[in-house]
Amino acid sequence: MAADTAAGVKAPAPASPKRKSVTGTRRTVAALFLLPALVLLGALVVYPIGYSVIRSFYDQSGDSFAGFDNYRQLFTDDGIRTALKNNVIWVVFAPTIATALGLVFAVLTEKVRWGTAFKLVVFMPMAISMLAAGIIFRLVYDQDPDKGVANAVWVGVHDTFAQSSAFPKAHPGRESPLQPAGGGAFITRGTVSVGETVSLPLVGVAPDVMPDDAKAARAPEPEEGRINGTTWQDFTRGKGVGTLNAIDSTELGYAGMKIEAVKDGKVVETATAADDGTFSLSAKADGAQLRLPAENFKEPYNGLDWLGPSLVTPAIIGSYIWMWAGFAMVLIAAGLASMPRDLLEAARVDGANEWQVFRRITVPLLAPVLAVVTVTLMINVLKVFDLVFIIAPGSSQDDANVLALELYRQGFAADQPGIASAIAVFLLLLVIPVMWFNIRRLRREVRR
Amino acid sequence: MRKASRIIRIRRSPENPTAAPGTRRAARTAAALAAGVLAVSLTACGGGDDGDKNEGDDKARTNVTLPKLDGETLEVAAVWTGAEQDNFKKVLAEFEKRTGAKVSFVPAQDPIINFLGSKVAGGAPPDVAMLPQPGAIKQAVDKGWAKPLGDAALKELGENYSQGWQDIGKVGGKQYGVYYKAANKSLIWYNAKVFENAGVSEPKTWDELLTAAQTVYDSGVTPFSVGGADGWTLTDWFENVYLSQAGPEKYDQLAKHEIKWTDPSVKQALTTLAQIWGKKDYVASGALQTDFPNSVTQTFTGGEQPKAAMVYEGDFSQVNITEAGAEIGTDAKVFPFPSVGDTPPVVSGGDAAVILKDSEAAQALVTFLASPDAAEIQAKLGGYLSPNKNVPNSAYPNEVQQKMAKALIDAGDDFRFDMSDQAPQAFGGTPGKGEWKALQDFLKNPKDVAGTQQRLEADAAAAYGN
Repeated sequence: MAADTAAGVKAPAPASPKRKSVTGTRRTVAALFLLPALVLLGALVVYPIGYSVIRSFYDQSGDSFAGFDNYRQLFTDDGIRTALKNNVIWVVFAPTIATALGLVFAVLTEKVRWGTAFKLVVFMPMAISMLAAGIIFRLVYDQDPDKGVANAVWVGVHDTFAQSSAFPKAHPGRESPLQPAGGGAFITRGTVSVGETVSLPLVGVAPDVMPDDAKAARAPEPEEGRINGTTWQDFTRGKGVGTLNAIDSTELGYAGMKIEAVKDGKVVETATAADDGTFSLSAKADGAQLRLPAENFKEPYNGLDWLGPSLVTPAIIGSYIWMWAGFAMVLIAAGLASMPRDLLEAARVDGANEWQVFRRITVPLLAPVLAVVTVTLMINVLKVFDLVFIIAPGSSQDDANVLALELYRQGFAADQPGIASAIAVFLLLLVIPVMWFNIRRLRREVRR
Repeated sequence: MRKASRIIRIRRSPENPTAAPGTRRAARTAAALAAGVLAVSLTACGGGDDGDKNEGDDKARTNVTLPKLDGETLEVAAVWTGAEQDNFKKVLAEFEKRTGAKVSFVPAQDPIINFLGSKVAGGAPPDVAMLPQPGAIKQAVDKGWAKPLGDAALKELGENYSQGWQDIGKVGGKQYGVYYKAANKSLIWYNAKVFENAGVSEPKTWDELLTAAQTVYDSGVTPFSVGGADGWTLTDWFENVYLSQAGPEKYDQLAKHEIKWTDPSVKQALTTLAQIWGKKDYVASGALQTDFPNSVTQTFTGGEQPKAAMVYEGDFSQVNITEAGAEIGTDAKVFPFPSVGDTPPVVSGGDAAVILKDSEAAQALVTFLASPDAAEIQAKLGGYLSPNKNVPNSAYPNEVQQKMAKALIDAGDDFRFDMSDQAPQAFGGTPGKGEWKALQDFLKNPKDVAGTQQRLEADAAAAYGN
């Protein structure tokens, strides 16, 4: 544009009057053709940017000049600093991982028979809007293993190695002979002696979640030379505890509950409760305290807190990669297709293995494409908003915050247009070097 | 055919997936989950049919005189969607029938005050807008948008509203707002089956609530479900405890930030709250990742082993309970928030009709909305409470609704408006900021009462600017 007008100004001086009129017409025509684009660009791009810059120097109401206050706020406010930190994490990890995955997919699909089908599947998430993807991943990362697939898998793997117990949440009720023994176990207050019967009542297990083989609890019968007892759920449905610390007719025994007899800190005997909750210990346990070890009460594993403060940003980056790895793959695959095959063949003939071919030939040749993909994704990541806005629950939105989201929150929720404009200007400044790099590369490409 | 078209319309209604403050929760949550849309729209259809039948009776009784307004047109803006919007349109239709004016509904977005700002800037504000917070009315007055009520509307208001409900519609001694819709936010919903299994009855005091919670826990069910992913459920919890414990005067002072959040009364309220929030076994797991609709759903699904037995929130929880497939009044029951101090708290919310373009027609519409006639039409359709004391309790369609309406009217002037809705939005209404965030952190670590108070005070000082 600048070159055009410069040429137009210079040209008339040496030219004849006849030619002058021609250039004059040319300039008018050029201006005429450029006008709509200029007006649109001016109204839709230049003016808003200019206004944002100006607005960022005014206070909340927009009436008085605030100098650099908004920018100072930008770098001192905790929330905005978290957003900045998260943006750095995003820019470093999201584009590189997406590009790396895209590269792997592109190279591998080249060698597979059904490569195109595979590519199609990987590319498909691109067809989904960010908002829809956000809603999908909000469900994927749901804490409840029955809803969130991420936790369902995680819990499934975990439970294969560590089983949960039958009586999580069981605990002593009022005036119980049991007391907590630390680490989730319960122990009797007093000691037991031979010929006695012991009752170990607990509450907190609903009848529906009792083991299937649990039967109505039966009172222990004293036996010569042994210690007999019952452990049961001391809660009658609809009636509260019923008779406190005594067995009511509908109360169920804790089938399979482990009981340890502890003397001087050492386990002298163990027993397992029968289906009706009764158990029996030999004379060895005389004078011991009875302990219900913690393994009886181990809570079911609930999976990871994907959307909690520490994991929320990686989790959202994961969803971003799910969407954009396909984009990277398609671009890289295109680059791969135009790569000279003879180089690869030559390397193979020279005895390079596949890894060396990939590392020494494919990647260096693809470097320009990889750079374009990474830079494009970087620009894209800098303005990431929708995924974070939708996936992060309110309680960890602060921890997942990014600049674009903070911009929205300041501008539309907190009613701080000054600060929001400052963030917008700052984001623009961050994008400019990346843009500049991209344009320079493009120019070089054209010149080549 | 009719049902199908309605489903589509509701699904298309614009929705913000994260919860914002105010009383729009019922409508918002109604459409937030696509899965729930079907259930809501079906109830909407059911309600609609009832309304059509009832309209004949309504015409017979007219308690309010309205001018003839043939040829006049009016615009009413509100953020209501789905069934709530449909029901409100029936009220508008009645107004059209009586006056001959043409009223159109303008769907607005949260926060409505920003929406109105763009309309005013564009030179075409709606004639009447429904504003959900007293703060929003004040903002509208300060900016010169709102117009004071005329004599007819004032007369109607004086006859039908208690002083307290009139006063929160006033700015600088002048009446601007008519609270057309109210929300009762002092309710605890419970799973009736779980209470029956545990042999627990409805508690009346905080201590009884704690005893009931322990018994429910002993029976094998976690007592409480807390929707901690949304900050506003937590501020509402706090407000109920604080209002009942510290009393209305302190509540008003704290709402205006005349006393600091480091006040001993706040400490006491937080400590009381920690008696429930602080017991790991009392609150269903993952509370901070549970949003409000889920906190309700998980209380009323899962047969005899739901994730929790009780869930605290306002009357708008009904929408989610119905969505969860539970029957209100049989599966899901409700009791008023127990008294922590001397009297049980009544925390409310509401939407006020405010005139933005003064005209005879606009005044007439607000007069109509202040009358029991308008409120009765919507009361019959369900999902609505009116602060209008002349609406007969029998107008509400079921026992639960009647109970909630009665509690609201019986509170007289002792009710208090939702505190976080009165606060500047940066403090009381922004996800991940201010009071919402501070109470979420408190739910995470209920031992840190002093630290929570300091964070609350620091954020409040910044937001109130004092």
